[in-house]
Amino acid sequence: MEKNDILLEVRNLKKYFPASRTFRRTQWVKAVDGVDFSLRQGETLGLVGESGCGKTTLGRLILRLEEPTGGDVIFEGENILLYKHEKLRSLRREMQIIFQDPYSSLNPHQMVGSIIEEPFLLHTRTDKKRRREQVLSLLEVVGLLPTHYYRYPHEFSGGQRQRIGIARALALNPKLLICDEPVSALDVSIQAQVINLLEDLQDKFGLTYIFIAHDLNVVEHVSDRVAVMYLGRIVELCSSKQLYESPFHPYTEALFSAVPEPDPTITQHQIILEGDVPSPLHSPPGCHFNTRCPYVIDKCRKEPAPVLEEFTPKHSARCWRVREIRNI
Amino acid sequence: MSQTQLAEKNKSLLLDVEELSTHFFTEEGIVRAVDRVSLRLSEGDTLGIVGESGCGKSVTALSILSLIPDPPGKIVGGKITLTGRGDLTKLTEAEMRKIRGNEISMIFQEPMTSLNPVIRVGSQIAEAISLHQSVTKRNALEQAIEMLKLVGISSPERRAKDYPHLLSGGMRQRVMIAMALCCKPKLLIADEPTTALDVTIQAQILELMNKLKQEVGTSIILITHNMGVVAKMAQKVCVMYAGVVVESADMPVLFSDPIHPYTLGLLKSIPRKKRAGQKTRLHTIPGVVPGLLNLPKGCRFSDRCYRVHEPCRRWEPPLAPPENRPHNGQHVRCWLYLTPPKE
Repeated sequence: MEKNDILLEVRNLKKYFPASRTFRRTQWVKAVDGVDFSLRQGETLGLVGESGCGKTTLGRLILRLEEPTGGDVIFEGENILLYKHEKLRSLRREMQIIFQDPYSSLNPHQMVGSIIEEPFLLHTRTDKKRRREQVLSLLEVVGLLPTHYYRYPHEFSGGQRQRIGIARALALNPKLLICDEPVSALDVSIQAQVINLLEDLQDKFGLTYIFIAHDLNVVEHVSDRVAVMYLGRIVELCSSKQLYESPFHPYTEALFSAVPEPDPTITQHQIILEGDVPSPLHSPPGCHFNTRCPYVIDKCRKEPAPVLEEFTPKHSARCWRVREIRNI
Repeated sequence: MSQTQLAEKNKSLLLDVEELSTHFFTEEGIVRAVDRVSLRLSEGDTLGIVGESGCGKSVTALSILSLIPDPPGKIVGGKITLTGRGDLTKLTEAEMRKIRGNEISMIFQEPMTSLNPVIRVGSQIAEAISLHQSVTKRNALEQAIEMLKLVGISSPERRAKDYPHLLSGGMRQRVMIAMALCCKPKLLIADEPTTALDVTIQAQILELMNKLKQEVGTSIILITHNMGVVAKMAQKVCVMYAGVVVESADMPVLFSDPIHPYTLGLLKSIPRKKRAGQKTRLHTIPGVVPGLLNLPKGCRFSDRCYRVHEPCRRWEPPLAPPENRPHNGQHVRCWLYLTPPKE
């Protein structure tokens, strides 16, 4: 696989969870409701959205930590949804995940060295000496010390625990790393350290990232391209530059304007959305955003939801009115 | 003196915290969570207390309300003067209870854990009212519904009958605000009120807080680690690190002319809009915040400061206006700007 080849393709991926089953019908939580995108080797795709948008579920579906209700996941040209047993196990070496909460994603009863060693035990037949060498090498790569091998998670700060999680994820040289809000629980100055580390590792090991976050500034900094999600669907897909300079979708625009800038000299024209983020159990008919959209017209409520349309090269959005409100 | 400067000078002082020290006496040693912290809040202002984990901002807030668990914690020094009530540290628990929820209210980060899950929200607000006003149960409930309306909850009569778990995070936080403001307190302490909320909901809540500040006439102490929130909400700011205030200034001045190396580092490490789409490395402050039982000798920031020099490792600097450069009301705790003791 060369850099810039397509590593991952997701087609019409869906995940519906049953919410309540009565005799007559089942209510579904449509956590992921038809997602399409492709990812190139070496790229970072940012996945951004608020609670309930489906970004975490999407990450888990790609890894097959959840089984999709519909759609396909094509990894290195093969449909991994068809994999079973041994093939599925060996897939785990190629795709890994870094979790959000550094406090609950490490086994408190295991030494750090043992935590990082575990992937080797599960997937390889490496001997003890070699395993130890690998673990020490990984500790160094993530900026920890050899002595940390013998310590337990509770002895470390949040940022250091994330480094342990990263070392564990990198153990088997995966191609794809899903970073599920890896810095959200960290202080600002530590966030910067971990973000720099992830970027260095990407360069060093040729990794491909899906970076899930709700902090727009972080996403924009790390990503090449960004997908904005709302109620289980991608509503905008473009480069991070395009996202920042000229967002198309009204939700993206509102999201950006809601972020308070650490600069009092900038007068922000804030679009304050009315109401709450709707629950995926009750997604409105038509365009999912019609209950809160400042540009809503009748069409948005009456017609079935718009599709993701490419309005300018490599910049798509799911909205009927993009051409008129953005003067394209 | 200009009009604004005159207006500023005439703002009366509402809360004066002087050299507050709150220590925790643990088996491993004494944790000096808040160490000689001084800050002042003028009527009508929002004072932002900003800092990262473990800096002492929450403990400061809890100390003001005398909510520090004893054991193991204790206010060991300093004065907290609330205009009209005197030194709060000298009041009895019974006297403090009359003040909490009444003259000083507090809202917390996690609205779900702050609300009683088995009592309807209307009743919880009414309870706060009944504690401080002698009114009938019915009247208290009516006032509660008025408060729900004030905080922007639609169909307030219906919502008042809901249990907390039926409400979204943003709505629960609005209920918390309603409870906190129902007795029209002079001071509202908000401890990371929007950190757990989605960004679009955060924008709503912050706007609500500003609106209510005017309508109810409440002054605010806003605790946060988010510099964007500070820029939007605060008139004055204190930056805290490892239990002490390292810089205090008017908000616009803090952003236009930050002095302390920690403040500078903090502002620089925030990811922002890139220029021309190139990938740049984020600025970082090397190392981690020291554990409060393992503070470095001298200045608490000395082991991470890129401008550390000799006096920094020997003596802790006081918080004072910088001596060797022009300033605009800032106070800073740093030997780069103050004269260290002679041998």
